[in-house]
Amino acid sequence: MNLKPATLRQIDEVITHYPVKRSAALPLLHLVQEDQGYISREAIEWIAAKLELQPINIYELVTFYPMFRQHPIGRRHIRVCRTLSCALTGGYHVCARFQQELSCPPGGTSADGEVTIEFVECLASCGTGPVVMIDDDLHEKVDLTKATQLSQQIKAAAKTRNPP
Amino acid sequence: MPAPVQRRLIFAHIDEPGYTPDLACYRRHGGYEVMKRAFARPPAELIDEVKKSGLRGRGGAGFSCGLKWTLVDRKSGKPIYLVVNADESEPGTFKDRYIIHQDPHQLIEGAMITCWANNVQQAYIYIRGEFPHGARILEKAIAEARAANLVGKNILGTAYSCDLFVHRGAGAYICGEETGLIESLEGKRPYPRIKPPYFPAVLGLYQCPTIVNNVETLCHVKHIADLGGDAYARIGTPNNTGTRIYCVSGHVQRPGYYEFECGKITMGQLLHEVCGGPLPGRKFKAVIPGGSSAKVLRFGEKFNIKQKDGSMSELGVEDLPLDFDTLAAAGTMGGSGGIIVMDDSVNMVEALANLNAFYAHESCGQCTPCREGSLWMKKISARMVHGGARPQDGELLKNVADQIAGRTICAFGEACAWPTQSFVQKFGDEFAGYSAAKKEPPAESVPLI
Ligand SMILES: Cc1cc2nc3c(=O)[nH]c(=O)nc-3n(C[C@H](O)[C@H](O)[C@H](O)COP(=O)(O)O)c2cc1C
Ligand code: SF4
Ligand code: FES
Repeated sequence: MNLKPATLRQIDEVITHYPVKRSAALPLLHLVQEDQGYISREAIEWIAAKLELQPINIYELVTFYPMFRQHPIGRRHIRVCRTLSCALTGGYHVCARFQQELSCPPGGTSADGEVTIEFVECLASCGTGPVVMIDDDLHEKVDLTKATQLSQQIKAAAKTRNPP
Repeated sequence: MPAPVQRRLIFAHIDEPGYTPDLACYRRHGGYEVMKRAFARPPAELIDEVKKSGLRGRGGAGFSCGLKWTLVDRKSGKPIYLVVNADESEPGTFKDRYIIHQDPHQLIEGAMITCWANNVQQAYIYIRGEFPHGARILEKAIAEARAANLVGKNILGTAYSCDLFVHRGAGAYICGEETGLIESLEGKRPYPRIKPPYFPAVLGLYQCPTIVNNVETLCHVKHIADLGGDAYARIGTPNNTGTRIYCVSGHVQRPGYYEFECGKITMGQLLHEVCGGPLPGRKFKAVIPGGSSAKVLRFGEKFNIKQKDGSMSELGVEDLPLDFDTLAAAGTMGGSGGIIVMDDSVNMVEALANLNAFYAHESCGQCTPCREGSLWMKKISARMVHGGARPQDGELLKNVADQIAGRTICAFGEACAWPTQSFVQKFGDEFAGYSAAKKEPPAESVPLI
């Protein structure tokens, strides 16, 4: 495991928040995933050892909680709300527009590894639906025009990062 | 009757220009003064104020907050924990989000008063994983409060110490259920615990007495400590005291969050006057009044509701005052305050298919009726929407739902059964006629799942 020094510091600090080490399992998974992009087999064993647990105790969390993943995803992560209030205001069409603009298969990652698009359940912003999270940021009232604009911004940012 | 004006107690500063989430701004608006006064009072007095206030939990169940605090086992000799439920995962609900992002110190002040009142020395805020900015804002606010001696060791120079940490969830709805939340906070899968014996007030976090309260509930506690329980109880209506934040989403002109005295506004006033009515050319068809798990109401149906004076009166959906008791009498619930509106463009089979997909995804899987039933309800309604509908499918769906509620460890069993039961009961003709009526692909608004 090649965790950044800052991540290691945060890990040691967060463990002190709890009288029982095991409680730090979710915080450690978040920190490791932010550092590494996903939770590898090695990460599961490392976290388990750190918290004096068996690897299965960590593995069962990774397989249960939707936000943890065992494989890398695209550089940008687009999460479209699928649940009723957003669906009523056009969320499904918005998701399709992102997929089309960014050549991304449903629930998957674009061939160039740039974006992953997935449906997620209610993001607790139903009054401003359809809503979409791009990385950590919430975008509200995303109609088709806005979905196209956001896709173009993502494409433009990718171009500046990797000039042809 | 025209709609009353909003009474913003909890949302007093939400969306106020220039209002920022930092301590200095909160202090400029009188922040932490209530806590200072509360810390000068004996804890038992504060619990009494909350009892007198009649405050009912804003997380979904509407349980008496004062009673919940009274049930805490104080003789066990074990530490007492407070866990703030900031999971906000019930579809249609979006109020805690704004408190957390825009007014985090209001929550911290309410939480610290609650800790003092209940002799809690360690509290956690369990925030849903999808609020990464919210978690950072809360962490920063807590750090500020700690630096100002409002959280941590010897608070305000007293002998009392209490710490507060933020704990992030990771995308599972069931973490909103209080015992699932506790398991999650212990670093496990969020499998809800069976009650009895695992009532949080007795055997909660680390098998210690634990209070779990919703974010908004704890903000109300701050205002109760400020106004006094009796004065607070005069806001709202009897047994439904205080203000309520209604989160309106779906097919209205002005969706959003609106805070009114509880029970002083009707569904019709809220949807027509406050939210501007239906979209152009549309009519209201159905409304889910308390988060997606609440039973749906059909515009046009009538309810016989007992009035305060004991007489019965017949009310339509628009006439229902939005309080816990009236909505319960109408066969549904006020729940989390999330009001989801559907107009006549919506096909109810498709809307139910959307909700069923949610519940099938979110069942934790411990109880067979819930795990299998939610999955079958999803499969049946999805098959209907995908062209395989049969006239008897409504009955089949209802049969599955009827075998879940009451046979599970946690209230998710009811939560996933109620939509199906009520949709089929109230829109049975749409379920029976779906195969014949739906030749073309599903409506724009709720397409295939
Ligand atoms: C399936 C399910 C999901 C729930 N989700 C939430 C939630 O997201 N937020 C919340 O505050 N309460 C939620 N609750 C209610 C909690 O179990 C608990 O009653 C509440 O946090 C108590 O706080 P209160 O008394 O202040 O309302 C949920 C309950 C169930 C059964
Ligand atoms: S009712 Fe459903 S969510 Fe609740 S414990 Fe049982 S399987 Fe899990
Ligand atoms: S339904 Fe999309 S945010 Fe709630």
